[in-house]
Amino acid sequence: MIITRQKEFNELLSLIKEGPVFIIGCSECATLCHTGGEEEVLSMMEDLKKKNIETTGWVILEPACHLLNDKRLLKQHKAEIDKAKKILVFACGNGAQTVSEIITDIDVIPGNDTLFLGEIKRASDFEKRCVMCGDCIQDLFEGVCPISRCPKSLLNGPCGGSIDGKCEVDKDIDCIWDIIYKRLKEKGQLDRLKKIREPKKWSKSTEMRRVL
Amino acid sequence: MGYRSNLERVLSEGKFAVTAEIGPPKGSDPNKIKDKAEIVKGYADAFNVTDNQTAVVRLSSMGGSVILINSGLEPVMQITCRDRNRIALQSDVLGAASIGIRNILFLTGDHQSFGNHPDAKGVYDLDSIQLTKIVKDMRDEGVFESGDKILSGNPDIFIGAAANPFADPFELRVDRLEKKIDSGADFIQTQSVFNLDKFNIWMDEVRSRDLDKKVHILAGITPLKSLRMAERMKFHVPGVDMPDEIYEKIKNSADPKQEGYNLAIELINDVKKIKGVHGIHITALFWEDILPDLVKETGLYPRP
Ligand code: SF4
Ligand code: SF4
Repeated sequence: MIITRQKEFNELLSLIKEGPVFIIGCSECATLCHTGGEEEVLSMMEDLKKKNIETTGWVILEPACHLLNDKRLLKQHKAEIDKAKKILVFACGNGAQTVSEIITDIDVIPGNDTLFLGEIKRASDFEKRCVMCGDCIQDLFEGVCPISRCPKSLLNGPCGGSIDGKCEVDKDIDCIWDIIYKRLKEKGQLDRLKKIREPKKWSKSTEMRRVL
Repeated sequence: MGYRSNLERVLSEGKFAVTAEIGPPKGSDPNKIKDKAEIVKGYADAFNVTDNQTAVVRLSSMGGSVILINSGLEPVMQITCRDRNRIALQSDVLGAASIGIRNILFLTGDHQSFGNHPDAKGVYDLDSIQLTKIVKDMRDEGVFESGDKILSGNPDIFIGAAANPFADPFELRVDRLEKKIDSGADFIQTQSVFNLDKFNIWMDEVRSRDLDKKVHILAGITPLKSLRMAERMKFHVPGVDMPDEIYEKIKNSADPKQEGYNLAIELINDVKKIKGVHGIHITALFWEDILPDLVKETGLYPRP
């Protein structure tokens, strides 16, 4: 799933500057992340009201990244949208862009920061799994992706700062190379780590701007 | 026989080598390096110039290396993978070789979040092992990473890499060294040794695989200048393993600086005796003037 985090309220206020606003949420990832479902959109309306920013209306797109669905649903809210000075989108970076492709005469503000493709571990606990590099090589690493999960994207890890299974960059996260090591050890295949892994082919990541 | 560098000569002749680190200044004043160079000249075989260590912006390692050459010192230029992609890295290796830099140490680099520009984008296009391999192929095969041929002058570099005998998983630590040797490292500078027992276990394994015959290992020595520094090393620098015993000694000492100096002398004398250790690498950042005494008192002066 695409993991998002709502921007700090004060940052949102400084982006909005003046209302009224029309608020857009998304039925999929942002709903599951609690960053842009109905509940969050309604409570945002309340919070903005306390700061004297009115809301002309709101909608949950199904989902925000779907161009045709968005066109259909946004048409139904045309009058409310026309009254707004800012459109506030609580979806992922893609959802916000699909909206700005349709609503071209009003400023569209991304209300969320888009973080990564991640696993839902528990209700509000998400963990990074992928940064969409365009050339999936996780099979070389026991199905664990060091491109996205090692802060230095090491393909020949672990680095010299891995201590007690924790990452040197952030003690709260596991060293992903320690996890790879443990999986291989369990299988009795530690020898595989002796192979020098070649530099990554980043050419594939920029080629794939569009998939038909 | 022709050697690429003085450091390669000393190591190849089987003499116990000494390298030392020189931290470039936070500014463009060359005198900051020249002054240090005057103090330490002749007390080590080559001098590492760090590449924005701990991700703090400083005068570049290439600039610093040129200043050392002009002062009559041999540099070990450090290059990290943090700030440059494979295009810039290979280009810098060519540039360094063209101006007479003969030793380069390749590192992955400290993560940008530790430094004074935490908003920087880390590059990490390559890791240190991949970069070492690429430079070896540039030197020995005359090809770039892409397979494209080098047209005028392979970079004749004595290739260095780092090793940390103390990090986890400990079981992998000698494998990692072996990987660096396989990728083309000619010499290795280790993480600062404080935990001699653990270092010995690592060296036992190194010797049992005959790796000490394939690469020159220089043990890292970091004199502790103050209690604050000991605290920083023990609790905050990733990958450093300082036994409580050493920390307590500094902590309980009336003169921590003298105690730190004494500990460094003891450590140097101890690692000198370990079979397979071919030299030491002294990191006395911002305490470079201690080098002459350290080297003289441990019988490592004059340099060969
Ligand atoms: S290798 Fe690339 S595509 Fe595969 S999981 Fe990692 S970042 Fe995603
Ligand atoms: S500690 Fe592990 S996860 Fe963290 S940077 Fe080093 S190798 Fe990568």
